[in-house]
Amino acid sequence: MSLAGELFLEFALLSFVAFGGATALLPEMHRVVVENHHWLDDTTFTHLYAIAQAAPGPNVLVVTLIGWEVAGLLGALAATLAMCLPMSVLIYLLIDRWESFSGKRWQKAVSLGVAPLAVGLVFSGATLIAKSAGLGWAAWLLVAVTVVANLRTKLHPLWFIAVGAVLGLLGIV
Amino acid sequence: MTAAGTENQNRPDLRALFLGFSSVGLSGFGGVLPFARRMLVEEKRWMTAEEFNTQLGLCQFLPGPNVINLAVVVGKRYQGVAGAIVAPLGLLAGPFVIVLLLALLYDRYGSLPIAQSMLRGIAAVGCGLLFAMAWRMGTALKDKPVFLPFTVLTVAAIAWLRWPLPIVMIVGLLLSGGVAYWKLGRK
Repeated sequence: MSLAGELFLEFALLSFVAFGGATALLPEMHRVVVENHHWLDDTTFTHLYAIAQAAPGPNVLVVTLIGWEVAGLLGALAATLAMCLPMSVLIYLLIDRWESFSGKRWQKAVSLGVAPLAVGLVFSGATLIAKSAGLGWAAWLLVAVTVVANLRTKLHPLWFIAVGAVLGLLGIV
Repeated sequence: MTAAGTENQNRPDLRALFLGFSSVGLSGFGGVLPFARRMLVEEKRWMTAEEFNTQLGLCQFLPGPNVINLAVVVGKRYQGVAGAIVAPLGLLAGPFVIVLLLALLYDRYGSLPIAQSMLRGIAAVGCGLLFAMAWRMGTALKDKPVFLPFTVLTVAAIAWLRWPLPIVMIVGLLLSGGVAYWKLGRK
C-alpha cells in the first residue's frame, strides 16, 4: 500500500479515540509515526508540533504537517482527511437524533467518564513533547513560566511563541 | 411573512458558510472554538447561544476535532450535504495552505542552526501551553476525588507504560464511565 494510504488507515483508526481532539493524540501519533514506522525522527516530530503551534487554525493541523513530512501533499491530504472524515460522517448522521439521547444516563456517564481520560492524554502529550525535545534546565524554566503565565494572564498565545522563538535564537533555551 | 423574512436573513448560502468558517479558521491560534462561537452566535447570528450549546454537546461528546464536527453540524443545518462539506472545508482550507507553506520553509531551511534553535524555543513554549491546557481541563473536572485517579492512570498507561491508545481508551472508558454511570444512578 502507498505511504499515504497507510497513513490514512492509521490516522482514521486513531480518530475514533480522539477524545480531546488531535492534541490528545500526540503520544499515539508519535508511536505510529516515529516508533513503529520510523517515518520521522524525534526532532522532526517536535519541530512539526512547534510549527503547528505557531500557525493559525484548528489544532488538527499538526496532523497535516505530519502527513506532509511523511508523504508529501498526498500525505497531508490523507492525514487531515483521516482525522476529520470518520467523525464528520458520524456526526452528520447522528445530529438529528442527538436531542433524543442527550441527557440520558449512559450519555452523561460517557461524557463524565471520558473527561478525566482526555486530561490524561493532553498531559501525556506535554510530557512526550518535553521528552522528544530534550529540554535543558533553562527550557524547563521557560515551560514553567509559560504554564503559569498562560494560566494567570490573558496574553495571546502568540506572545509566548514569539518569546520562545527569541529565547531560542539567543541560544538561551 | 415578517418572521420568515428575518429567518431568511440569517440563513447562509454555501459561499457565506465557506467564508464564515474561513474567518474562524484563520483567527485562532491553538484552538479556534471560541472564535466559532463568536462568529455563529454574536456576529452572524446563525444560531442562538442555546442552540450553539446544544449542538456543541454532540460535537464534544464524539471524539475528533470538536470544531470540525461543529462546522459539519452548522453546514448541514443550513445547506444539507453540500453545507456539511463546504463549512469544514472553509475552516481548514486557509490554515491548510499556511501550514504547508511553513512546511516548505521548514524543508528548505529547517536544518539551519538558526531555525533549529528557534524551533527549540517554540517547542518549549508549546510544551508549556500543553501543560497549561491539561491543568485547565483538570481543574474543570467534576467530582475530582473520584475521577482524577483515572487521569493519573491514563498518564501512567500512555506516557509511562506506552500502552496503545485504543486499548487504554476502551478500558479506561469502561472503568471511568462505569463509575460515572453508577454514581449517576445513586443520585
